[in-house]
Amino acid sequence: MAGLTLKNLYKSYGKTEVLHGIDGVIEDGEFVVIVGPSGCGKSTLLRMIAGLEVVTSGEIFIGERMVNDLEPADRDIAMVFQNYALYPHMSVRQNMAYGLKIRGIPKDEINRRVEEAADILEIREYLDRKPRQLSGGQRQRVAMGRAIVREPEVFLFDEPLSNLDAKLRVQMRLEIRKLQQRLGVTSVYVTHDQVEAMTLGDRLMVLNAGHVEQFGTPIELYERPQTLFVAGFIGSPAMNFLPAEGQANGVLRLENGVEITGSRGAGEVILGMRPEDLMADEAGPIRIRASVLEQLGANTLVHGTLEGTDSEMVASLPGTQTVAEGQVVGFSIVAEKVHQFDSASGQRLG
Amino acid sequence: MVEHRPFLTFLTHLVMLIGILLIAFPIWITFVAASHEAVRMTQVPLPLLPGDQFWHNMKAMLLGSGLKGTEVTPVWWMMFNSLVMALSISLGKIAISIISAFAIVYFKFPFRMGFFWLIFITLMLPVEVRILPTFEVVANLGLLNSYAGLSLPLIASATATFMFRQVFLTIPDEMLESARIDGAGPMRFFWDILLPLSRTNIAALFVILFIYGWNQYLWPLLITTDADMTTIVVSLKQMLTAAEATPEWNIIMMTALLAMLPPILVVIFMQKLFVKGLTETDK
Repeated sequence: MAGLTLKNLYKSYGKTEVLHGIDGVIEDGEFVVIVGPSGCGKSTLLRMIAGLEVVTSGEIFIGERMVNDLEPADRDIAMVFQNYALYPHMSVRQNMAYGLKIRGIPKDEINRRVEEAADILEIREYLDRKPRQLSGGQRQRVAMGRAIVREPEVFLFDEPLSNLDAKLRVQMRLEIRKLQQRLGVTSVYVTHDQVEAMTLGDRLMVLNAGHVEQFGTPIELYERPQTLFVAGFIGSPAMNFLPAEGQANGVLRLENGVEITGSRGAGEVILGMRPEDLMADEAGPIRIRASVLEQLGANTLVHGTLEGTDSEMVASLPGTQTVAEGQVVGFSIVAEKVHQFDSASGQRLG
Repeated sequence: MVEHRPFLTFLTHLVMLIGILLIAFPIWITFVAASHEAVRMTQVPLPLLPGDQFWHNMKAMLLGSGLKGTEVTPVWWMMFNSLVMALSISLGKIAISIISAFAIVYFKFPFRMGFFWLIFITLMLPVEVRILPTFEVVANLGLLNSYAGLSLPLIASATATFMFRQVFLTIPDEMLESARIDGAGPMRFFWDILLPLSRTNIAALFVILFIYGWNQYLWPLLITTDADMTTIVVSLKQMLTAAEATPEWNIIMMTALLAMLPPILVVIFMQKLFVKGLTETDK
């Protein structure tokens, strides 16, 4: 069991640089999720940790060892792939035992580990079946079993739930969470699904175009996003962004002239307001002209535009509510929940 | 909607029956001819029903001395020669091609694509085109009248290499990566994972190459001059012109029947393997 340290990692394919200086320290036993949109470099980063991609510059430490030049098999890691990568001609038991067999681990030790992992994952009855005789969820569990029996220092997951249907995904991610807590192995999990990231991770590393936007706990990312990107990425439905101008007298002036308190300085800013933080208020300053409603049962999402502008906004009302099309609904928001970002850099202000 | 046109159905079946008859009839005649005595075969019309000499003729042919006036090796020995040649060619081709395909797909080395195209170009050089140089090389190596001389020049195969390359390209990269993480080196990966996954292709290829090797005529004809190295396919032709008398059709037909047998057996036995493989799709 060991922690993982990433120091100033760069990766280029020929002339194209895809990762620009990734830093991070992952504690022993921590479950870190690397999340970001497609093409941001998260799978490349994971593969560099695994040893399947060469590091262009920078260092990777597993525990105290620098592993840049080590083959994947020597790094003491185990990886679970998106499409399971099970060996189709071998039974489940043989799949799980393969890596151990190559290492020359004695047969009874192999059997012990395989059966223990099979018990944890509840795949005992499938041990002698071939992968093609299993469902997607079962295969995924076999892939995890294969990783567990290695007893590695680090678990690596490459979007393992992407091939499963929605309901199974929810079930499996809870199982993965419980498994990791039980085994206490340092884990790095890559996904593009922010809900998955929020539920699974002790800490999240948000990547965008090869840069680390923020690395913190889910709540930190939700309550204090450091950049515009993180603010818009975390939270569903996404945060509303409104351009505004900070006035000298501590007031923020929106496009439509409405003023709210809370300015942190003069200049152009972008305000962020989460749909769930907007509270219905007849006299509230934020007035939305409704266009479409989404009835979700537990809450109602009101889609519309800020009155007097074309800026689209979404607000969340509790329970089931009816709002007529074109009707203007007033909202207010607590000052602390108004996030402010610099227009030019996207960095958080305050 | 299912078409219900009895006339067309009848016509279709008729066409198929005619096709089957066209193909099966010559084989039937061969079988019939093999079961009569020599005298009956010189009479007109040719018999359409089998006689009673089948086992007698077979014994005579297999153990030699079937034809008068010639020094002929027993048929079983010639079948053995053919078998050795066909097996060496098919197994040799498979072994060489699978390893070449493995190298080309999974390794990066200088001139990799150059080698690939070189192999591709050899498709334009079947045996017939290169017969003189190949003969000279084999003769100078002292391989005339030997099993090595019969098989070696026919062993390299571009088509088999391509086929295995295609098979390997369809194997997902994640499987290779998973094997790497498990600690499998290249040869281990080849032996434990690639080979089992290529089983059905190897079976299918074996059938095709075995028949190819068994039916070789030109090359064995050139390379073997000793009577005891003749293959059965070559000897069939020789039998027609061997005796000073008219050809003994019953014996010749029996030999032809025996010559057809091993490829048929190979197809029958291998068929189970590759149908089984084709129906088991795996992820």
